[in-house]
Amino acid sequence: MAQKKEILKAESKNFNFHYADGTHALKDINIPLYEKKITALIGPSGCGKSTFLRSFNRMHDLYSGNKYGGEIILHPDNTNILDNKVDPIEVRMRISMVFQKPNPFPKSIYENVAYGLRVRGENNKRLLDDKVEEALKGASLWNEVKDRLPDLAYNLSGGQQQRLCIARALATDPEIMLFDEPTSALDPIATVNIEELMSELKKKLTILIVTHNMQQAARISDYTAYMYLGEMIEFDETDTIFTKPSKKETEDYITGKFG
Amino acid sequence: MVKKKSNISPALAKNIRRNFLERIIELVLMFSGLIAVLITFGIVYILVSESIPFFEAVTFKEFLTSTVWTPNFEIKNYGILPLVAGTLTITGVALLVAVPLGTITAVYLSEFASHRVKETVKPILELLVGVPTVVFGYFALLLVTPLLQKIYPDLSTFNMLGPGIVMGIMIVPYIASVAEDAMRAVPMAMREGSYAMGATRFQTAVSVVMPAATSGIVAAYILAISRGIGETMIVAIAAGQQPNFTFNPVDSAATITAYIVSVALGDLEHGGIGYQSIFAAGITLFVMTLSLNILGQWTRNKFTERY
Repeated sequence: MAQKKEILKAESKNFNFHYADGTHALKDINIPLYEKKITALIGPSGCGKSTFLRSFNRMHDLYSGNKYGGEIILHPDNTNILDNKVDPIEVRMRISMVFQKPNPFPKSIYENVAYGLRVRGENNKRLLDDKVEEALKGASLWNEVKDRLPDLAYNLSGGQQQRLCIARALATDPEIMLFDEPTSALDPIATVNIEELMSELKKKLTILIVTHNMQQAARISDYTAYMYLGEMIEFDETDTIFTKPSKKETEDYITGKFG
Repeated sequence: MVKKKSNISPALAKNIRRNFLERIIELVLMFSGLIAVLITFGIVYILVSESIPFFEAVTFKEFLTSTVWTPNFEIKNYGILPLVAGTLTITGVALLVAVPLGTITAVYLSEFASHRVKETVKPILELLVGVPTVVFGYFALLLVTPLLQKIYPDLSTFNMLGPGIVMGIMIVPYIASVAEDAMRAVPMAMREGSYAMGATRFQTAVSVVMPAATSGIVAAYILAISRGIGETMIVAIAAGQQPNFTFNPVDSAATITAYIVSVALGDLEHGGIGYQSIFAAGITLFVMTLSLNILGQWTRNKFTERY
């Protein structure tokens, strides 16, 4: 694998994951996330890619009985975020997440975006106004909603709701953003908008995305990992994965012989 | 155009017996449903027809504006306001107890308690619903009021505070149970969205789950108010049965239900105005709970969840 001069932002080291029912969902996963790059996780349903993504902000902590093994190191802190002494809330403040289905809160557009800051105890009206505007601009939603910030977020279209969720995640200046199939519930035009947005976002932050859509991974990502049945089969630069993968399984999946 | 009759094979012909049975079952089911509707109409009919003679003797104006209710005295006054005031005051005291306690219990059970704790606590809480209200009445009279008198010695034996508090305790499981169901119905995806922003469990519960469950929580409160207004035994036992026009909870008072039960138990001449007055009181109660139900429907439609 051709190593360029990338800065390591995070990496999983022999990462394992067991669900409460005993399923060994992830086996010895080693994947690096490079700073200001987009890393895509592809693979057939049930291969563990979403499970892996959700480990980066300790989402699995919400359900009792799940077990992490191995390490996920966050840089520059050089800290294993799975360690018992690490507060998951601190992790989530730096690694934010956008979900598969848009999940705005039952609040106004403004309050949805301000939520992360309010949670951190920020109540300064002028600072909130500035941050909300900046985040909505960052999610290219500002022009569509600037005249109706007090409206309920549910009045937006699906694509707008998803960009609102991106704005919500952006408002707290995260270092890494996790996208769990962010366009699977959206129409093609909204999908293009979100993809363009991600390319814009990577100027500022590191992105990890799970996608079912191989063309999407090829279009937007810099690195791609192919996963199958809880194992990481191959990780490389996206161009390499899609043109000359080194593993037969990867090639079969990419070319559609399987999956 | 002459329609050509096609041959129908007996194997595919309509099965008369099966269709007949199906029709019978449909009728039985429909009749069972109709019984409840008919009984409701019957109640409304009796309430209205029995109170017509009452309103021929007493004007609407006197009934709704007079502040004295003395149907059993020499000089008879028929002003419903004292009974309405008593009903509202006791229900108000009950809500002051039940709304905070019930809501907090619901938040705890839905957002904080582990599965095991929830499975243990909920049935115990629902056991409270099964306690006969007459027991609650004596609980108010013989335990709560004496305790309150230790803090506030001037409190009379019969007052609205004691029964109000006890009624509140009785209502807690109703609110907790309905509100908890509403909060549990909020999709996990919405909670995850909040946690992913770095919110704590309490922040998630208060800022995301509760607003999302507003309609169910409001429905729980309205159910509680209806329950309070209709409650009879606690009040009849512990509030004193004296129709005083007052909103002060330390006074003794009577509620609409307490009046109905006390008069209906006495020897009343059927058809006399005293007898008819209980139907007038009943219709007032009916209008109050009906308006609450309509309000409940309205809030339910206004705050319908759209997640």
